[in-house]
Amino acid sequence: MLEHLELFFKSIFIDNMVFAVFLGMCSYLAVSKKVATAVGLGAAVIFVLAVTVPLNWLLDQYLLRDGALVWLGPEYADYDLGFLSFILFIATIATMVQLVEIVVEKFSPALYNSLGIFLPLIAVNCAILGGSLFMQSREIATFGLALNYGISSGIGWFLAILAIAAIREKIRYSNVPAPLRGLGITFIITGLMGIGFQSFGGMLTGGGDSVVPVEETTAKKEEIKEEEEKKKKDEMAANAVSYTDINTNE
Amino acid sequence: MALLSKKDTNLILDPLADNNPITIQVLGICSALAITAELKASVVMAISVIFVLGVGNVVISLMRNMIPNKIRIIVQLIVVATLVIIVDQVLKAFAYELSKTLSVFVGLIITNCIIMGRFEAFALGNGPWKAFLDGIGNALGYGVILIIVGFFRELLGSGTLFGIKVLGDPVAKSGLYATGYENNGFMIIPPAALIVVGLIIWVQRSKNRALIEEN
Repeated sequence: MLEHLELFFKSIFIDNMVFAVFLGMCSYLAVSKKVATAVGLGAAVIFVLAVTVPLNWLLDQYLLRDGALVWLGPEYADYDLGFLSFILFIATIATMVQLVEIVVEKFSPALYNSLGIFLPLIAVNCAILGGSLFMQSREIATFGLALNYGISSGIGWFLAILAIAAIREKIRYSNVPAPLRGLGITFIITGLMGIGFQSFGGMLTGGGDSVVPVEETTAKKEEIKEEEEKKKKDEMAANAVSYTDINTNE
Repeated sequence: MALLSKKDTNLILDPLADNNPITIQVLGICSALAITAELKASVVMAISVIFVLGVGNVVISLMRNMIPNKIRIIVQLIVVATLVIIVDQVLKAFAYELSKTLSVFVGLIITNCIIMGRFEAFALGNGPWKAFLDGIGNALGYGVILIIVGFFRELLGSGTLFGIKVLGDPVAKSGLYATGYENNGFMIIPPAALIVVGLIIWVQRSKNRALIEEN
């Protein structure tokens, strides 16, 4: 339970999709002129993330990762289809978006009218693919946590676009220097909001320790992985030597 | 430029300044911001995008009369994903350290809006040669901004360029640091990238006032 809560708040505030890793910036900038449309897109993103992240987690767990195919039989234990993850993830996302669009249109025309135009946009929203890729690189452990991660990072994105849309509606009445108007000032505001969101970093550590940035933690994990791989390779090398010894002895 | 007609030259040069994908078309911002803390990562990212967009534009342009309109998004995604897998595997094989720094952002080239944007807006309606030039031009425009941002963030934030200490050694207090200069840690944190891009937009639009937005 506690780890669910931790992941939930961490993905909303600390690893916020927009302010910490800049995912989904294109639609964030393009659709944030009005609060109403921002809410529509934000809701669609939460929805699609909640569907695609757990699905891709299943794919990763049972098809893609090193040794994932072992459920087919012990002879498949050596397969590592990890290089296919981009193409499979994006195919899942594109089909799911299409499917969701059809289902929503059929069963809830009202929701379709408010979400409908945004759904096709979402297939190419980096926040969606990013959600799946981060799920993979952070090695989220269970299906429940993956679902949690999808929903909470969607909520984080929703909060971000809602906030910037509200600010942009107000800033229309301010006297912004002409060359900065529109895109320029939005960038700077987002930057300032990002700095603000960095202060959430102390939330989980109690403010005592300095927060480890996302990239570093993944890099560390990969280092550990590398060491394991090295060990494996060393073992294999040792085995190879013994085989050759046997051969020469014969 | 005997090889390129004037129109073709414009295809390459326009996106570098007045029709820049990042500052004017607002495409491909996600990846532009996250990986620019170091110049080296920015350069590698720029090269990857040039490859993917150049080749992808040609492929889509060649297939443009065969793709049914309804499934074109999926076809485009598959083409990009294939190219990105090639880039990712090459990076992992020859520059493992860098591919770790870039982490998921190589994969995110797939959903880089520049790529889909140029496929939709240009490659689907033009021949392969023009599409190739357009792809290279836009990717270069993207790369230029990436390299400018990376240059300033690494220089001001860490005092290095490509990892070489150009401003002297901050620990031994040599070079510029002897005069009391300090690195600006602010430039390293992710939100600084947004502010740097905002400032670039400011400079560009002050120079070319035709680009100023209504609001």
